[in-house]
Amino acid sequence: MGTQKFKIAAVIVSLLVLLIIVPYCNSFVVLLATRALVFAILAMSLDILLGFTGLASMGQAAYFGVGAYLTAILANDYGFGLKWDFWLMIPIGVAVGGVLAAFFGLFAIRATGTYFLMITLALGQCVWGLAYRWNSMTGGDNGITMKGGRPQFGIDLSNDINFFYLTFGFFAATLLALYILVRSPFGKSLLGIRERELRMRILGYNVWLHKYVAFIIAGAFGGLSGVLWAHANGIVTPETVVLTTSVDALLMTVLGGAGTLVGGAIGSAIVFGLREYVSTLVPWWQYVLGGVYVLTILYLPTGLMGIPGRVKQWRNSQKKRETTKMASAPS
Amino acid sequence: MGTQFWVVQAFNGVSYGALLFLVGAGLSLIFGVMRIVNLSHGSYFLLGGYVALSVIGTTGSWLLSIPIATLTIAVVGLIMERLFLRPEGHAKLVRDALIALGIALVIRLAIGPILPQLLPGQIGGIIQVTLVVIALSIPIFLLLQRISAVAIEADVLRQVLMTVGFAFLFQQAALDIWGGNNFDIQPPSTLTQSLVIGGTYLPLYRLFMIVGALVIGIVLWLAMEKTRMGAAVRATVDDAQMARGVGIDTNKISMLIFALGAGMAALGGVIGGAFLGVYPGLDFEMLPIAFAVVIIGGMGSLGGAAIGALLVGLADNFGKALFPELAYFTLYAPMVLILAIKPTGLFGRD
Amino acid sequence: MTSASRKLQLILMGTAVAVGLGLSAPAGAEELRIGYLAPLTGGLAQTGIDMRDGFLLYLEQNGNKLGGMDVKLIIEDEQGKGDVAVTKAKKLVLQDKVHILIGGVLASTGYALAPVSTELKTMYIPSIPAADDLTQRQLKNFPYLIRTSWSSSQPHHPLGQWACDQGYKKIVTIAADYAFGYEVVGGFQKAFEDCGGKIIQKIWPPLGAKDFGPFIPTIKADTDAVVSLMVGPMPAQFIKQMRGAGFKKPILGGGTSYDEFVLPFMGDEAIGDVSALHYSAALDTPKNIAFVKAYRTKFNKVPSYYSENNYTTAQWLDEALKKAGGKWPGPEELIKLMVGIKLDAVRGPVSFDDMRNPIQNIYIKKVEKKKMFGYEKDELWNTVIKTYPNVSQFWTYGKDKFLAQPVYDKNFPPCKFCE
Repeated sequence: MGTQKFKIAAVIVSLLVLLIIVPYCNSFVVLLATRALVFAILAMSLDILLGFTGLASMGQAAYFGVGAYLTAILANDYGFGLKWDFWLMIPIGVAVGGVLAAFFGLFAIRATGTYFLMITLALGQCVWGLAYRWNSMTGGDNGITMKGGRPQFGIDLSNDINFFYLTFGFFAATLLALYILVRSPFGKSLLGIRERELRMRILGYNVWLHKYVAFIIAGAFGGLSGVLWAHANGIVTPETVVLTTSVDALLMTVLGGAGTLVGGAIGSAIVFGLREYVSTLVPWWQYVLGGVYVLTILYLPTGLMGIPGRVKQWRNSQKKRETTKMASAPS
Repeated sequence: MGTQFWVVQAFNGVSYGALLFLVGAGLSLIFGVMRIVNLSHGSYFLLGGYVALSVIGTTGSWLLSIPIATLTIAVVGLIMERLFLRPEGHAKLVRDALIALGIALVIRLAIGPILPQLLPGQIGGIIQVTLVVIALSIPIFLLLQRISAVAIEADVLRQVLMTVGFAFLFQQAALDIWGGNNFDIQPPSTLTQSLVIGGTYLPLYRLFMIVGALVIGIVLWLAMEKTRMGAAVRATVDDAQMARGVGIDTNKISMLIFALGAGMAALGGVIGGAFLGVYPGLDFEMLPIAFAVVIIGGMGSLGGAAIGALLVGLADNFGKALFPELAYFTLYAPMVLILAIKPTGLFGRD
Repeated sequence: MTSASRKLQLILMGTAVAVGLGLSAPAGAEELRIGYLAPLTGGLAQTGIDMRDGFLLYLEQNGNKLGGMDVKLIIEDEQGKGDVAVTKAKKLVLQDKVHILIGGVLASTGYALAPVSTELKTMYIPSIPAADDLTQRQLKNFPYLIRTSWSSSQPHHPLGQWACDQGYKKIVTIAADYAFGYEVVGGFQKAFEDCGGKIIQKIWPPLGAKDFGPFIPTIKADTDAVVSLMVGPMPAQFIKQMRGAGFKKPILGGGTSYDEFVLPFMGDEAIGDVSALHYSAALDTPKNIAFVKAYRTKFNKVPSYYSENNYTTAQWLDEALKKAGGKWPGPEELIKLMVGIKLDAVRGPVSFDDMRNPIQNIYIKKVEKKKMFGYEKDELWNTVIKTYPNVSQFWTYGKDKFLAQPVYDKNFPPCKFCE
């Protein structure tokens, strides 16, 4: 069996296990799993930029926030998206994330490396500034509490388990869609840009356009995760779009392993687990979170998904050392 | 809104800009020399304020608190740079050992409740804890040694995440050491007076901030332009590899600049503490503003940081006064525009 | 073993651990389980610690019992974020099976937690969140909510009346630009203008602003006084900068501009300023003196209203549970019992109105530097200069008339005399 097929099988099996086990756990676990899945979508959307195109964005929370705010505003002021029209809200959220990214991308895509990081930070801060100060629209610091509860269309989503299934569905669909994307010729050329941008340019690829499209796709899925986030929490505040949300998403991706898609999901599960579980156990949980950042960077350069690879590499180097030792011994 | 309004607003904006210069200049230099995007820079600002509070609390001297806080945080920055950002040789061992001890301590804290106390008495308890932590840390140390492979110099993103991690660690440490009260630094009473010119009140403290930033800016500029060390720094900013080639000890330079940048941020924290207060959360509040300064001015340029600080100070002030609903938007939107037109900032070079 | 199966194994193990942790929910029988939500990290950490310490002090003084029931207090760090508070609240109810949820700081957190209490049919006491509508226009949605603290506008109606009585005719307000600021200023404006005063300008600096440079120069020169509403790190800088800019007229403040959470860290510029709240640590009653001394000895800090409100919350629960005979009576019954109790609290006599918000004394307080309660050092204290007894959240307007108007907002009451 090929490794790739085996990997896919492993992911599918673990997802199924998750799908079966979580609903039987206590409700707090269901809640946490739901929140982690929403962030997993955000982290995977970021991975398209970070892992597959080589663009480190510090403003991914912007699309997340716009999706969440739009969902909350439409639901509260117009009662939109609380019945069957929730299914309209999803493409709207995707569209608004994509459109915003299409706009922001015009500014950001020209820049590379540090400057890309900086300009996406600035763009993210613009959105935060509006969320924080545009009181009449966003409720300012108080944010927006969703008065109408979660959507109901035959299925009652206010039931946390139903909502978990729904979120899981969107998560799986996102994973599948993004997987197809990165395996497509388009995804391959993104990888090419990540590895050797100049070469791709010389080969005649429109690098700018490739990056721009990737940026829009990432924004669109960011918007989707925002829609789900608004319903998962029932409240949207400027904390949703704050700089540390973007940085958290980056950490999740890197912790799990950039360029692996599922890595973002694993990272999200770990960060949420740490933040929510450890903080109920000990008051000094921030040391643990800060420690995870530092340790990931120092000791897990390829993320958790990269561990098997590193072990293999290490074993090979050991073997090599032994063989060289044996070879050099007689002389 | 008469002339007086505009004069006072401009004065306020410039004085806020002066404070921002202290924070931004260090960040800018660090980036220029080391290509490090340092997200714990806001923490240095906050920690500077806290150290100053402790100094004032024990000695009662505001004047004394300025050099002590600056130097203390410069040393903190230095340690961070030596051990975590640019570890060389033995520093890596020290780093791994420190981290191993830290992890061991956390594990000990976590399993503490289920661990029986074998040695009697309080001292026995302490000895036991120490032994357990050391025993735990040895295998962890050996493991970490094995797997710490990678230098992070080349990877901006990983530097970013590492320094964010430190920002969280500093935040919790500050909370544990100083508590979460909204402290305020009281400068000497001579500085709390106001100058009255033609019915317009100009608070002396704001003048002091402007003069202070000017003096520091000029000293830095002279040091950069007129000394050998400064020339070496400039050469490193322009092209580190080339600088190494002609025999400049870029390692020493980066150490120096990181300490200087951290110290300046702390200095800003002390001076700003009498103006913004000292409280948890100030670190992550200052950080994006400091970045705005650096991004607009261009990273790695002292003059750019000065112009950036002035622009951000004025934009923030007039933005809040004229379009309060869009206050933060008026701060960050110009930043985007400048970057879109010139990705390296107004005065930055590639 | 291949890398993929290793991964799978890891994932399964992780899931098993998560399940194990999740299922280990305790299920005690004779104890009172309280879920306590307070920010213990981040910018609001000290607020949360003050709250928690107030509650803990009462428990400690009463042998960790409320109404004869053993208390199991589970404290969760809500981080000052509404969404975290919601998750933690659900965890407390669903996993720890708590009987009562207490806490939250921000109004937004109160608004986020109230629907959770309705959904999970669990009693919720917003022991700090002061948003008016929690116990006014939206109360009907929250049958399990009872508030032991205050509503934002409650102390500021009397402050408006008091300002009018001092002969101030024109006043400029400068308040943090968010819902709490609107409700405080709205209450002040309503009472002040009903008495014949005029609000001639409203300035709204962003929440968290410390540099008031942009705003101070815009204050109209012909005002008789300024009313401020500041929170967190804002108050100390505001006063300093106002006086530094040469403002010599009286400055009044909403409760949080001068409460004991910020007062010890303010400079002498604050002396003489007047504010209103339902508690002052300088209240010269035997009960309060005992409370201040006990709290200060234990926590090395003057208690703030955050501490007192939570101390009193515990006391109120104690009395109600005594009436219930030391058994958990269910949320509806306990709320009914609480509503019937008139309490002699640290802050003075308190009772509930029929919308489950306290009727209590409102104190007009002046900042003075002096020695109090036998402490050696000269310190800033909020000396009570006038007491408005038994003030309800509806002031003198009557419930129906008051509820007929919209909730106080940035533009309500409208600023008729601006410009």
